Amino acid sequence: MNGVCENQVALEWTRAVDSREAFEAFVKTHMRQAYAVALGLVGNHEDALELSQEAFARAYQHRGTLNAHGKFFPWFYQILRNLCFSHLRKRQVRQAESLDADPECPIQVQARDGSDPEALAEQNETTARLWRAIGRLDEKHREVIILRHFQNLSYDQMAQLLFCNKGTVTSRLYYARQRLKELLDDEKGGQGV
Amino acid sequence: MTCREYRDLMMAFLDQELDGPQRKAFEDHIAGCRGCAEELAQFQQLKTLTDRVTLTEPEDRIWQQYWDNVYNRIERGLGWMLFSIAAILLILYGGFKAIETIVTDPAVGLFLKITLLALIAGVGVLFVSVARERLYFWKRERYKDVRR
Repeated sequence: MNGVCENQVALEWTRAVDSREAFEAFVKTHMRQAYAVALGLVGNHEDALELSQEAFARAYQHRGTLNAHGKFFPWFYQILRNLCFSHLRKRQVRQAESLDADPECPIQVQARDGSDPEALAEQNETTARLWRAIGRLDEKHREVIILRHFQNLSYDQMAQLLFCNKGTVTSRLYYARQRLKELLDDEKGGQGV
Repeated sequence: MTCREYRDLMMAFLDQELDGPQRKAFEDHIAGCRGCAEELAQFQQLKTLTDRVTLTEPEDRIWQQYWDNVYNRIERGLGWMLFSIAAILLILYGGFKAIETIVTDPAVGLFLKITLLALIAGVGVLFVSVARERLYFWKRERYKDVRR
């Protein structure tokens, strides 16, 4: 997505199936976005890398199921999200780890307030709190938060990826943000966001 | 419009997805409705927080190796597929040869031969039964075409 016209993407994909070089170029164009989505959904770097790479490999293996005029990114996104959600379910079954058990918080404040150690510590605490809260959202709510806030997708783009209408995106975002607000309040002991 | 209906517009307002007239209507409502204004302020506070953070990027070397890893996976997938097909064919062939040897060997007793054939027949019947059951349920699965 990100401003790339769907026709261009389809053309790119058609070229990609023809040669290794074209597929390589294609992967290199989309790898950062695929990784970022996976990171948002599963919560840690190693799993996000593994899952996004696996999604590309599966997309290549199943390229026959994408028709010539198909939209690539929504199709690829379905493979990626299914892999991520299935990974999360397995992880829940194993109960060996959870999002908030991940020692490394994969989000950071964009512009840090100087070098004041106290302010820095507070910023780190806030981002960690936010990440823990996002990790406690259910899959569908976490997904819309990630797509909107970390991928900056428009409602139309989100609706296309999630195979739903804009109204569903809006209401899912409403409940996701409401739940996120509650979770942040809980984390802070009811002192507000 | 009711507060509930305006609430549906709240997210689109926050994310600047409303067109001019919708935005104006929403702002007019907020100006006169304390409940919705308070809720909007809370969401705005949350949005300010989420807008300030971004996902951290891995080191450059990760991106340099990324394609190689994808390519290795594709190659390995093909390797595993060939290996699995060959292994299944070899097991089937070996099994068939082993059974043939036992059944045609005059030194092996009739009891063992009959037991072995009964075992093979049993496995065959079980396989067909499970496959038929799966097929039956798959054909009657109402939601099989629903995208999850």
